[in-house]
Amino acid sequence: MNGVHDMGGMDGFGKVEAEPNEPVFHAEWESRVLAMVRAMGAAGAFNIDTSRFYRETIPPHVYLSSSYYKKWFLGLEEMLIEKGYLTRDEVAAGHAMQPAKALKHGKLALADVERTMVRGKFARPAPALAKFNIGDRVRAKNIHPATHTRLPRYVRGHVGVIELNHGCHVFPDSAAMELGENPQWLYTVVFEGSDLWGADGDPTSKVSIDAFEPYLDPA
Amino acid sequence: MSEHHHDHDHDHSELSETELRVRALETILTEKGYVEPAALDAIIQAYETRIGPHNGARVVAKAWTDPAFKQALLEDGSKAIGTLGHVSRVGDHLVVLENTPVRHNMVVCTLCSCYPWEMLGLPPVWYKAAPYRSRAVKDPRGVLADFDVTLPKDMEIRVWDSTAETRFLVLPMRPEGTEGWSEEQLAELVTRDSMIGTGFAKTPGAPS
Repeated sequence: MNGVHDMGGMDGFGKVEAEPNEPVFHAEWESRVLAMVRAMGAAGAFNIDTSRFYRETIPPHVYLSSSYYKKWFLGLEEMLIEKGYLTRDEVAAGHAMQPAKALKHGKLALADVERTMVRGKFARPAPALAKFNIGDRVRAKNIHPATHTRLPRYVRGHVGVIELNHGCHVFPDSAAMELGENPQWLYTVVFEGSDLWGADGDPTSKVSIDAFEPYLDPA
Repeated sequence: MSEHHHDHDHDHSELSETELRVRALETILTEKGYVEPAALDAIIQAYETRIGPHNGARVVAKAWTDPAFKQALLEDGSKAIGTLGHVSRVGDHLVVLENTPVRHNMVVCTLCSCYPWEMLGLPPVWYKAAPYRSRAVKDPRGVLADFDVTLPKDMEIRVWDSTAETRFLVLPMRPEGTEGWSEEQLAELVTRDSMIGTGFAKTPGAPS
């Protein structure tokens, strides 16, 4: 979706301000949100792409004025309601009122926490041969799906070069909508800064994205 | 964000409301048997104590001292790091990017906040915030200037936008004046920002 989350190339957000000696969390609730997201994800309540999509659908003015973990919280709460794990009445009451819905992988137990500290595996067997080879010129498609995609707006329509082939991976555009993993070849595609930004770009810069094969046409 | 400082009172009350809502959600999830609070505590403790930039720093220091490891690391980051028992376990598809005198690498996630957690811990606020995510791909030198980092004018700057489940770790250049240093000593010079590409490794004797 063409949401405010797709920020690459936007102007007006000001300087990057790093906080010296930044703590891991700025408040305890942030840590609880992180842990709930990790635990519910590990329990199979949602996949990572669905959780990203729910953050993207936060209304733009709320997205832009909320802290990172606030966005995680808003996305988590809405997603759990829509997927049937909780009800709005329960959220309003602050207590469980309905029977629980079964979790695909079961509740994350203390003994299994260590397992979740390593990222999941996203590589899948290839359903078909790769269409592109290293060095091929490709054009990022001009697509504007209203649903989740990992093709940022700033590269759409531009020509780049295939630099790496990462194998076949779960396709976020399908997985986010719970339409199956639909594995696709994943490539690192490099664009010249001056192609992306014209005369306003830095001629010494190159920008790469990791692009799934359905995002690309031969060029 | 600094432009919102005038909203401080508002932010403060909003924070309290958020805190209440987060607590309520945890209560519901616990009552429904979806989460085990002790498991949540353990997740938090891992990020507060064990998983942080020191993991990446060890990998970088080893690459600086062991050419065979460095080569393996650049070929397959996940596999090479998997051979180091003392470093946090790492997921698949970690790609290590070598900074050289002619090329500087920098990592961003314009769409959300993808970051090599297992190597660097949780990302800092600036990495997840709009100024960095919006400008890194269009004006990387301007962003580096915000970190007081200047690159030679003709150096290639390569920005890696983390748009999939690959993760990127920058291998910064080894500082001069560190000949004969041990891995442990070298690891002390490796900053988090140098592994994102918004900084350099520390130079011995320079104020940090």
